[in-house]
Amino acid sequence: MASNGNLLISRNFAVDNMASIDVALKHGAYDQLKRAVKMKPEEVTELVKASGLRGHGGAGFSAGTKWGFIPKDKFPRYVTVNGDESEPGTCKDRLILERDPHLLIEGALICAYAVQAERVYIYIRGEYFYPTKVTAEAVKQAYAKGFAGKNILNSGWSCSVHMHNGAGAYICGEETGLIESMEGKKGWPRLKPPFYPAAIGLYGAPTIVNNVETLAFVPRVMEIGPEKFAGLGTPKNGGTALYSLSGHVNKPGVYELPMGTPLMDLINKFGGGIRNGHKLKAVIPGGSSSHILTAEECENLPLDFESVAARGSMLGSAAVMVIDDTVSIPKLMHWMVRFYAHESCGQCTPCREGCDWLLRLSKKFIDGTARKRDIDDMWELADNIDGKTICALGAAVAWPTKSYLVKFRHEFEAVCRN
Amino acid sequence: MAIPETLKKKAEEILFRYPEDRRRSGLIPLLFEVQRELGWITPEAEAWVVETLGVTDVNVREVITFYSMMRAEPSGKYLIQFCQNISCCLTGGEEIQKHVEHKLGIHPGETTKDGMFTLKCVECLGGCSWGPMMLINEDQYFQLTIEKLDKIINGLKAGEPVPADNPTPLLGNVAGEKA
Repeated sequence: MASNGNLLISRNFAVDNMASIDVALKHGAYDQLKRAVKMKPEEVTELVKASGLRGHGGAGFSAGTKWGFIPKDKFPRYVTVNGDESEPGTCKDRLILERDPHLLIEGALICAYAVQAERVYIYIRGEYFYPTKVTAEAVKQAYAKGFAGKNILNSGWSCSVHMHNGAGAYICGEETGLIESMEGKKGWPRLKPPFYPAAIGLYGAPTIVNNVETLAFVPRVMEIGPEKFAGLGTPKNGGTALYSLSGHVNKPGVYELPMGTPLMDLINKFGGGIRNGHKLKAVIPGGSSSHILTAEECENLPLDFESVAARGSMLGSAAVMVIDDTVSIPKLMHWMVRFYAHESCGQCTPCREGCDWLLRLSKKFIDGTARKRDIDDMWELADNIDGKTICALGAAVAWPTKSYLVKFRHEFEAVCRN
Repeated sequence: MAIPETLKKKAEEILFRYPEDRRRSGLIPLLFEVQRELGWITPEAEAWVVETLGVTDVNVREVITFYSMMRAEPSGKYLIQFCQNISCCLTGGEEIQKHVEHKLGIHPGETTKDGMFTLKCVECLGGCSWGPMMLINEDQYFQLTIEKLDKIINGLKAGEPVPADNPTPLLGNVAGEKA
């Protein structure tokens, strides 16, 4: 199948054998790296900054700004690709790794050049066996063609690229948890501020940690230019995004659409509407950590970071989970809380103990043994986790829990014994 | 049991990735290779990892007990990891999970008497748009139905495995259809 000009980073996903470097080169792979190494490193960073490219891992931080935080005169420096993709609902990095790994490698190398890093590590979650296999093979091919290794493209700059797998821990998607994991430890996040990975990261050295999708966008930003890229989205959200659409739609899948695409367009126009003639009940707009939105709140909502935040939720990793009227929210709560209870790393007491208690209470609503005071106890538990932990995982369980309880309290009350 | 030569060679490859004074970084990848080679992390292999990386026993223990994919005991020939997270549950995962349990006659965490299958329920495997999904050893299977699952299990029992969904099928406008 030929490439699709309507799309930006996913345009070659359907090309046969795109992961093979010979095919990738025919589609322009590494052309932007060739351009980048002829520029000054700081010019590359400025270009990315101007494009409005934001992190697609969840926090939505400006990529170019992050690169600019690397302290002067501190070496060595590292780039770590965050391919831990484990926020429930998110399934787009898997396609980049499987379908166009050279785009990611090129983007990571451009980033490494911009910050003058000497090593790139591609950290992929352990469960991604097939995506890892394809990407590892692509790395070997990139070396063979001289895009990685010593004196890349005669620029005088050398950078090696290495694979590294996780082994089943959501917390390792948190950038400092990822770094701890890369150092061979438990993925316990580091306390920040004051020091972010750009200043003190892997082995204490300045490190850029960027999501797979974010880095895969970099060659495209260079190709079409920062102005055009910025113009594709909304004023503060440059370019397009890969929206992972799952749940009760007729056509689930990964959709590359401009930042700011209306949520209801994603569901109805692209996702084919709610399946089996049911009605929309709720949407989880940015991975399971985000506040749930009622059907009414989904109307006229552009999917960009600011708009979703203004509606009291977050765009996160743009993982949109669609829930129809057959779903009981207490049950959804149980599925959600079970995840965080399993994935809490155990470092901070409020989260370690709180998640476990939330799980016990959520089970009561399914067993039919819950009482009304359990609703308030759950809210209080969530509130005691929120903002009282080292990393954002505490908020990641507290926010959705509170939102389910507040917005769908009647459903919890309906299954209570008194 | 002696450590196979292939594993020793793998250790060299892994350690090449990290700065010389950062051998501990090879810990997770090396344990991964150990269980790939031996099926699980045997006490002998654990001791070998300690020695190879120059780390302490507790460094290795804490990693084995922290990461959910680390196996400190043997599992069946086929390890089924069934996703029980939201998107897979929304698309009927619970019903299919019950069917697997019934079909194999085991609960999550157990191994069939013949040592063929171990069933594990796990959290999000990143196949949300293709739910319900599962992994069998290193192969991914998407859009599971009871019929599809039966075919996969029967195929493994008969020694004629059904091809896995590698690569992930394209769904959505990234498949190249014009929106």
